[in-house]
Amino acid sequence: MTTSPDLTIVPTERAPESGHRKVADFQPSLLLGEHSMCSGCGEPVVLRILLETLQELGIVERSIGVVGHGCYGGFVTIMDVDVLQCLHGRAPSCATGIKRMRPDTAVFTIQGDGDMVSEGLQEVLHTAARGENVTAILLNNGVFGDTGGQQTAATVLGQRTKTSVEGRDPRTHGYPIPIADIIARLDGVGFVARAAVGTPGGVLQAKRMIRAAFESQLAGEGFSLVEVLTMCPTGWFISAPQGPGYMTESLEQAYPLGELRPRPGAGAVAGAGGKE
Amino acid sequence: MASGTLVIDVERCKGCELCVAACPPGVLTMSVEVNAMGYPYPRLHPGCTGCTACQLVCPDYVFEVYRADRDTTRRPAGAAAPTAPAEPPGGAG
Repeated sequence: MTTSPDLTIVPTERAPESGHRKVADFQPSLLLGEHSMCSGCGEPVVLRILLETLQELGIVERSIGVVGHGCYGGFVTIMDVDVLQCLHGRAPSCATGIKRMRPDTAVFTIQGDGDMVSEGLQEVLHTAARGENVTAILLNNGVFGDTGGQQTAATVLGQRTKTSVEGRDPRTHGYPIPIADIIARLDGVGFVARAAVGTPGGVLQAKRMIRAAFESQLAGEGFSLVEVLTMCPTGWFISAPQGPGYMTESLEQAYPLGELRPRPGAGAVAGAGGKE
Repeated sequence: MASGTLVIDVERCKGCELCVAACPPGVLTMSVEVNAMGYPYPRLHPGCTGCTACQLVCPDYVFEVYRADRDTTRRPAGAAAPTAPAEPPGGAG
């Protein structure tokens, strides 16, 4: 800082009358209402980029979302997309059924780590190994946020949760399951990547990966998974502004970001899509 | 003159401050006053580039971003966009 900042407050109550063009809307037009997530939650950010991706790919009319159980379950009532809500952890199996009956659709799941890795581990593994042509979006925050922040199978070592108050200890709680790394090794998988939405660059990267996952599905390359690390300040027992920093220090150390399995025959997706 | 500006829907804000940390020119601060839900909300100071970083990270969809048709500030081409993420390491799996 060479000069003191100008703290004049710019009026932001209404849109500028002329000389400006809108470059970013409040929320996607596919979102019908307001969500009730906590302050600083990362999940609505993923919901936004997911819906924007569906619109940008022009596949809204033939998209079917399959939603598991977690905080994001509240999204089913505000998403203007066909949605099926499944039993805890069973979204990949429901998605399998939908896709096999309606191969013309674009089927995606929204699951948390508690849903996918704890409750429904076998569902997602078998769906991936069968090479089902669906896209799974994993919102990984390392806790069962919906029930108050208990430990999941994806909680990283040392992470404090309601059921591991001294931090996850491998001698007592075992080790976390890096589900995306495991799935990336399976045959039948078209695309696997991991991003984090704590920073603007991370959000753009996540969006490019989600777009690549849908393009992989539309090209019939098999199962695609995008794991998105999301902030859960409530479940992490920290304040909302500390969320992205804590995520970098803990979750991102255990779950490195990037493409774990690039699309067959395709280079890195960076630059393939994203914000216009 | 700023080359971008925002519309801030303060009543939606839950005061997480992620936008303040994300703003590249650092022209957002949190209010002392609170909205109807009891949360402080961001306020814009001069210098916005319309880069959309705040809108990208905002979980509560508080921001609408406008960019001036003609830039009135001097900045390098492309500087308005948020820093692109590092190239993801390929072929780890």
